[in-house]
Amino acid sequence: MKKTAKKAERRQIFRKRVMLTFSQKLVGQPVMYRLIKEYDVAVNILFAKVLPNETGKLVVEFSASDEKRLNKGINFLKSLGVRIEPISKEIVRDEENCIDCGACTSVCRSGALSIDRKSFELVFDQEKCVLCEMCIHACPMKVINISF
Amino acid sequence: MAFERSIEEINEKIRCGNVVVATAEEILSMAESDGYENTFRKVDVVTTGTFGPMCSTGAFLNFGHSDPPIKMQKVWLNDVPAYTGIAAVDAYIGATELSESRGFEYGGAHVIEDLIADKPVRLRATSYGTDCYPLREIETYINRQMLNQAYIFNPRNAYQNYTVAINTSDRTIYTYMGILYPKMANATYCSAGQLSPLLNDPFYETIGIGTRIFLGGAQGYVAWEGTQHSPSVARNEKGIPIGGAGTLAVIGDIKKMNRRYMRAAVFERYGVSMYVGLGVPIPVINEKIFRNVLVRDEDIQVPVLDYSVGRRKRPALGIVNYKQLRSGSVVIQGREVKTAPISSYKMAREIATELKKWILKGEFFLSNYVQPLPKNQNVKPLEIRDLEDLEVEYEKNR
Ligand code: SF4
Ligand code: SF4
Repeated sequence: MKKTAKKAERRQIFRKRVMLTFSQKLVGQPVMYRLIKEYDVAVNILFAKVLPNETGKLVVEFSASDEKRLNKGINFLKSLGVRIEPISKEIVRDEENCIDCGACTSVCRSGALSIDRKSFELVFDQEKCVLCEMCIHACPMKVINISF
Repeated sequence: MAFERSIEEINEKIRCGNVVVATAEEILSMAESDGYENTFRKVDVVTTGTFGPMCSTGAFLNFGHSDPPIKMQKVWLNDVPAYTGIAAVDAYIGATELSESRGFEYGGAHVIEDLIADKPVRLRATSYGTDCYPLREIETYINRQMLNQAYIFNPRNAYQNYTVAINTSDRTIYTYMGILYPKMANATYCSAGQLSPLLNDPFYETIGIGTRIFLGGAQGYVAWEGTQHSPSVARNEKGIPIGGAGTLAVIGDIKKMNRRYMRAAVFERYGVSMYVGLGVPIPVINEKIFRNVLVRDEDIQVPVLDYSVGRRKRPALGIVNYKQLRSGSVVIQGREVKTAPISSYKMAREIATELKKWILKGEFFLSNYVQPLPKNQNVKPLEIRDLEDLEVEYEKNR
């Protein structure tokens, strides 16, 4: 027990989920490459979308060995004009009017939405949600929304 | 002689308060723990339930006469057109009809849900005016209390089995089976499976015209065979149809319904539909019926159809069962595909349980059907034919 706890401590990783919005001029530049190479920040892309006005939207999870390093990387992105917002948005469901049909689970690629095999109720795991918003469109009762 | 019980005997037990009722799910574990024979002798009634989108839903309404009276020729309820090509103040509002001002967002199903929720609904009607019905235009508000009659009449409900929808094309498609991602990334299904009414009575031996049922939270009736009733589809060794087969036309009183069991739905880029809560009690009159209600999800097979093919006959990509579907993924053509339901199993369970409670409380009695449903027929396609073809075909089939 003790041993593994120590190990985990040594290897402690700082993670942060954010939403990045960047303009067209940054598309095609090796931004993520530099972030990884020069700042030693690992990037896990959870969701990507290019909007009609050609700006890009990414939901990413950054991880680095310490918080300082992470913040340096974030400042580097800011200096390039990338907008960084903490994920304060979240998917909310009006439970009272949800019928637990499961239609939303069919479009949820991240696995955040699922139907419990025993109770057959809808289960939402906020941690896994990548804010792709597909469930909002798929819900026939229109009870899923995004809150800011 | 083999053990049997009549519906009259069951109703007597309901009256005396010693009837034994189990849901179509409970009966499975009972048969396992108490044994087949004991369970058969013990349980009088098995209740079923389903809660899925049923487009073939609508309601007949009678508004009463205004002063001066109007012979309604066009009528709108919250801007949703209703059909009034019948008597002066009678109308039929269909669930899938769309609002003229709000489009996909609001339709006939929402009007029905609003009525059941006791909300006010704006009624607007126009007419050409006659000697006995001089009024040409009316605008007023109604709720379900103000109406003379308001009853659901659904031409097709309770589909006995259905299909699994999948999309093999390169683009996302929007269907009444939900949003289907390209390249078989997800598949959807829509049946209460082992809880579904007609899958527990696959040969319609107890369910027929006149059967009293649970409809939208009130007592309703089976009125007729449902449209596209097609009992002759291929069946497996247990007699379960593989794919959509029998259907029911049902009727029930809106004034007694509960919004919890009648819910308007919007399917993105497809349109409006309505989730309808429906449950049927099955009297365990003999051993054959008992054997039928022991149906399990794994006994019910369903074809996987490619919904990206916009044709009448969609190619089948395989056959799976509901146990596999409910596990969250199935293998189709060698690939693992994520599965999700469209109809609510939780609500189906609740409906079967609610119906069970009604029977135990002596509020709901079972009925013999007046007339059985057809057991041998198929769905006819609509061909584009000229008059000559029609006559030839008619002579041939006469
Ligand atoms: S936004 Fe909805 S569909 Fe997308 S990951 Fe979150 S819960 Fe799943
Ligand atoms: S699709 Fe909507 S109503 Fe159905 S389970 Fe998901 S949130 Fe609930």
